[in-house]
Amino acid sequence: MTDSKYFTTTKKGEIFELKAELNSDKKEKKKEAVKKVIASMTVGKDVSALFPDVVNCMQTDNLELKKLVYLYLMNYAKSQPDMAIMAVNTFVKDCEDPNPLIRALAVRTMGCIRVDKITEYLCEPLRKCLKDEDPYVRKTAAVCVAKLHDINAQLVEDQGFLDTLKDLISDSNPMVVANAVAALSEIAESHPNSNLLDLNPQTINKLLTALNECTEWGQIFILDCLANYTPRDDRESQSICERVTPRLSHANSAVVLSAVKVLMKFMEMLPKDLDYYGTLLKKLAPPLVTLLSAEPELQYVALRNINLIVQRRPEILKHEMKVFFVKYNDPIYVKLEKLDIMIRLASQANIAQVLAELKEYATEVDVDFVRKAVRAIGRCAIKVEQSAERCVSTLLDLIQTKVNYVVQEAIVVIKDIFRKYPNKYESVIATLCENLDSLDEPEARAAMIWIVGEYAERIDNADELLESFLEGFHDESTQVQLQLLTGIVKLFLKKPTETQELVQQVLSLATQDSDNPDLRDRGYIYWRLLSTDPVAAKEVVLAEKPLISEETDLIEPTLLEELICHIGTLASVYHKPPSAFVEGSRGVQHKRLPGSAGSGESVDSPDTGSAAGVSEAPPAVIPSQGDLLGDLLNLDLTPPTTTGPPPPTSGMQMGAMDLLGGGLDSLLGGDLGGNPAMAAGFGAPPAVMPTSFNAPVSGGLDDLFDLGGGVGMPMGSYSPPKTVWLPAMKAKGLEISGTFARRSGVIQMEMTLTNKAMSVMTDFAIQFNRNSFGLAPAGPLQVLTPLSPNQSIEVSLPLNTVGPVMKMEPLNNLQVAVKNNIDVFYFSCQYPISMLFVEDGKMERQVFLATWKDIPNDNESQFQIKDCHLSSDAASNKLQGSNIFTIAKRTVEGQDMLYQSIKLTNGIWVLAELRVQAGNPNYTVSLKCRAPEVSQSVFQSYEAVLKN
Amino acid sequence: MIHSLFLVNASGDIFLEKHWKSVVSRSVCDYFFEAQERATEPENVPPVIPTPHHYLISVLRHRIYFVAVIQSEVPPLFVIEFLHRVVDTFQDYFGVCTEAAIKDNVVVVYELLEEMLDNGFPLATESNILKELIKPPTILRTMVNTITGSTNVGEQLPTGQLSVVPWRRTGVKYTNNEAYFDVVEEIDAIIDKSGSTITAEIQGVIDACVKLTGMPDLTLSFMNPRLLDDVSFHPCVRFKRWEAERILSFIPPDGNFRLLSYHVSSQNLVAIPVYVKHNITFREGSSQGRFDLTLGPKQTMGKAVESVLVSSQLPRGVLNANLNPSQGTYTFDPVTKMLSWDVGKINPQKLPSLKGTMSLQAGASKPDENPTINIQFKIQQMAISGLKVNRLDMYGEKYKPFKGIKYMTKAGKFQVRT
Repeated sequence: MTDSKYFTTTKKGEIFELKAELNSDKKEKKKEAVKKVIASMTVGKDVSALFPDVVNCMQTDNLELKKLVYLYLMNYAKSQPDMAIMAVNTFVKDCEDPNPLIRALAVRTMGCIRVDKITEYLCEPLRKCLKDEDPYVRKTAAVCVAKLHDINAQLVEDQGFLDTLKDLISDSNPMVVANAVAALSEIAESHPNSNLLDLNPQTINKLLTALNECTEWGQIFILDCLANYTPRDDRESQSICERVTPRLSHANSAVVLSAVKVLMKFMEMLPKDLDYYGTLLKKLAPPLVTLLSAEPELQYVALRNINLIVQRRPEILKHEMKVFFVKYNDPIYVKLEKLDIMIRLASQANIAQVLAELKEYATEVDVDFVRKAVRAIGRCAIKVEQSAERCVSTLLDLIQTKVNYVVQEAIVVIKDIFRKYPNKYESVIATLCENLDSLDEPEARAAMIWIVGEYAERIDNADELLESFLEGFHDESTQVQLQLLTGIVKLFLKKPTETQELVQQVLSLATQDSDNPDLRDRGYIYWRLLSTDPVAAKEVVLAEKPLISEETDLIEPTLLEELICHIGTLASVYHKPPSAFVEGSRGVQHKRLPGSAGSGESVDSPDTGSAAGVSEAPPAVIPSQGDLLGDLLNLDLTPPTTTGPPPPTSGMQMGAMDLLGGGLDSLLGGDLGGNPAMAAGFGAPPAVMPTSFNAPVSGGLDDLFDLGGGVGMPMGSYSPPKTVWLPAMKAKGLEISGTFARRSGVIQMEMTLTNKAMSVMTDFAIQFNRNSFGLAPAGPLQVLTPLSPNQSIEVSLPLNTVGPVMKMEPLNNLQVAVKNNIDVFYFSCQYPISMLFVEDGKMERQVFLATWKDIPNDNESQFQIKDCHLSSDAASNKLQGSNIFTIAKRTVEGQDMLYQSIKLTNGIWVLAELRVQAGNPNYTVSLKCRAPEVSQSVFQSYEAVLKN
Repeated sequence: MIHSLFLVNASGDIFLEKHWKSVVSRSVCDYFFEAQERATEPENVPPVIPTPHHYLISVLRHRIYFVAVIQSEVPPLFVIEFLHRVVDTFQDYFGVCTEAAIKDNVVVVYELLEEMLDNGFPLATESNILKELIKPPTILRTMVNTITGSTNVGEQLPTGQLSVVPWRRTGVKYTNNEAYFDVVEEIDAIIDKSGSTITAEIQGVIDACVKLTGMPDLTLSFMNPRLLDDVSFHPCVRFKRWEAERILSFIPPDGNFRLLSYHVSSQNLVAIPVYVKHNITFREGSSQGRFDLTLGPKQTMGKAVESVLVSSQLPRGVLNANLNPSQGTYTFDPVTKMLSWDVGKINPQKLPSLKGTMSLQAGASKPDENPTINIQFKIQQMAISGLKVNRLDMYGEKYKPFKGIKYMTKAGKFQVRT
């Protein structure tokens, strides 16, 4: 008897029958019915209609039935929240059950029901279970906190579960410790700056103790957590390494790789002359090799990681070349990775072996693999100079096979070899020329043309060869056309007498008959060069080319360092920093290798040198770009003492992080450069916004508020008048003007969209680039009806501040992309920082005093507000409307001092002292903040609020 | 952590899904199907596939893809290891892990998955513990359950769950106490044209079947422990003792488990137990090719080489093969071009050979790839690395158990290039 019977259905009303069975009196029948329901559910059938009937079966002492009902509940509670409430009582009761298995099951299941109403009831049972006497219940409850956090993060924080969870790290049971670490790590992922996993030598010691006794999965969590710790000195580092090393012999490959990560990271701190350092290096090789005998999927991930490890520390695997030799029935993804590592490990000592292997691979069946093998031979030639000659002769052998794609691939790499070792192997050109006719791929054709052009003086019939390509000039791909143009010009400069006709022909083809702007431009440039100053032309076109670099394929050292800290993760598989692709982890912190202890070593290895510099700062994890930002987000970090301007985001990282961002940057950048008028319009230098604040005309709304302010009523926060953000001429007829406002605690982006084009616009959508405060649309852009020509529509877009964070310049700059059925448009605008002042920004007096003293005087900045004719009370009232709260007022010698506090959405406090002297229209504001970067923007807000 | 799991069969249908957090639409698998379509062979589907909002990590076993969906940064190896564990568990429970077996036991499968993962965190993956929580289906139990109305879900908290030895349940009782160990070594090797070894390594495992009453504490020592410099242990092995004395000391799980796996790399000399003499040639302009293969034993320490199976993927241009085996049978599949020869046992006095001709497409040029020959074999009663168990002792219990050690050498990926 099997479960497949549950899938057989009768024609008339399956649901109806099940309903009857579920309500049957017989226990056995009931259970069978629930099983049928579950079976339907697994194959994706909708059985949610049976909800009340299934829930009725929950009150049972039969554990299997209970579990089955729970399974059902978890799946459907979301769609039937009101019904799910019915189950709450049973859950709460089960949490008191004498059997720990039932207690754990109840709390576990409750956490899986993602319905707000249920989570409210969950808090009390969960609190009890976190302190349960049975460790099995405690460890289940630990995970439940993570679940609850996923549903309602605020609730978890309010209820103090995070602290309880932190306490569990010191639990006596290793399994509980492991689960607490896992739960905390998961929670920390969505709170990059909260100091949840506060690692100090004591906790580290506890984790290391638990490491030996918990399950393999727990070991992974603990090791990954350990990897985030930065030891104080090399001795601590060594002792951790010693205690982690046994994990290298674990049967679970994920444990092994996580241990490798910890060791690779902490090794950085060990002095290289230490005996232990050498021992550790030796210990790392065998487990890595062992990973390669596992299942192919594991091998793949292992190989991607080994690729990083051999770049960082080639000495670990330098004797293990042979394990990377390809077996012919390896899956293709394993083959390609092995090939890559073989090249990285290639050295003078083993090059003969490697070449023999590569040559073998070049005769295999799989075309992709063969191509890569041929390319690998070329890369070896470039990497190991002594082997170049051997490589070239191997390539020539391969060309003799006449296998079409092998020949083409070989010619492409020979071109690279020529560029690395000029004037050395040109004797082979004759052989290459023999194969001219068989080349049908653009890359190979272009490579061949480059060779002919470059060495035209040595090829007797170079003109004939190039001429033969010219016949089908228009059918060639751009790559070949460009190369042909350059090749013929080179030929002309070398042999001007015979080739005048040819060069004229190609120039006219390129400039007159081609639609390709690149080709045309290059053609014109050559033409003018040749016609005005042939000597200069020679200098330009035949200039000595820089040698191609040895390892163009190496990962950039800073990225490599970061990736080493992420061994075993997705980042290491993709060779990209996590921030580039992990969704939902906002402001992922960039990890860096710790610097080595011996300062003298930074000399012989430049990349550890840079790491050592960074490691002087105290925080465990150092954000790579903009320490400023780190500070903005986390007041606990000590304020930067030596922060220069934050390094510009590297183009590559940006592009990878966010396609939109890349597009925005380049587009805006282009506009700014090309069109200064435009830049003033929306390129947004810092001066633009204040001028619009100062505009004497203000909207009727603001006037109303002004009146209100006069009577002393609390009023809405200040909102600047709308300005044009995106002019119609820039956006194919779509004009956007807008402003920001804060209404009952919600930031609104208010826009007027005007269609100035001839056609109807639909399908509007909006997206923001990362910005300083994580502003992001809280919902889609609500433009429901199509926008007909000449029509305008007012849209109000609520924003939240949980988006990805990146420091912008200026701080309140916001880059926006708007899409409609026509295209995507980019613009940037600035929001008044007062939008971010939150309603609960009133500080306690005592706290204010303490904080004021606590913030160093360096962080204080003073500003003047001119021409303001309000009394101090009116000013205070007005400011309060924008969530700038007056805490105290003091009058000294006719001068009113207002002490005020502001809290930003990201938790930064700004303290202010406003001095108003009767009869003097100039106010003085002193701002103190742990993140002084915001002061300037805050001051602008003060000015704007007070003057409107 | 792991969000969801989809099981996909060879024809690209999702036949089971399970979600541990919110439900992820099965349309996410479309990205997987795309990759599946692109791959020429089923095993060439890349194990990690990015989609706009999720990552798909998959393993292929028993012609079923196990596709896990993850949303945040999770160690992929952790996911892959877990998926393999799921497959092992299914196999353990249902004997085979096929689509039919999973569908037949869908409720047990669901119960198991729920028990193995909580919110994406592994909960119980040790087969010993799972079996206490959910009893494997047997015909007898199903019948008994139907009659008595009892269930196959355990009512008690699994004892091993929290003890210091989570892998062993308490209260184990046997009338016959026995402990058997199998030392199985696989040789992975690449032999080049001329017969010299390019790479050779040994992947060894010691699989145990321990059925002992109570809480036995075992020690296993080797004659030549120095061979084992690269080992992975079952969590039960006390690492410190191994480091210090090179003795395996452990409280074993109940039943079948893998005590350790080890790796003897090419630096240590690995003996190659068979040799192949081959002559596979094609002549330009002729539509015939010669095929000549002879196998022989070497370095087998007098043990017989058995269950020999030779297979080779012949070039695409080969239409048919007309061969004559001196022993065993051969087949040639004209569609896949796969030649396989079931040799059986190698008799050192009369070496097995396979000779004859291959016919090529008329007028086609000579194939440019050289076929690789894959060889499988078994040698009983020998571990090719020379590893030998010295003695097995038991402490902590009074009775005397039966003990047994078996050795075997097999070919892993053993390839000869021509």
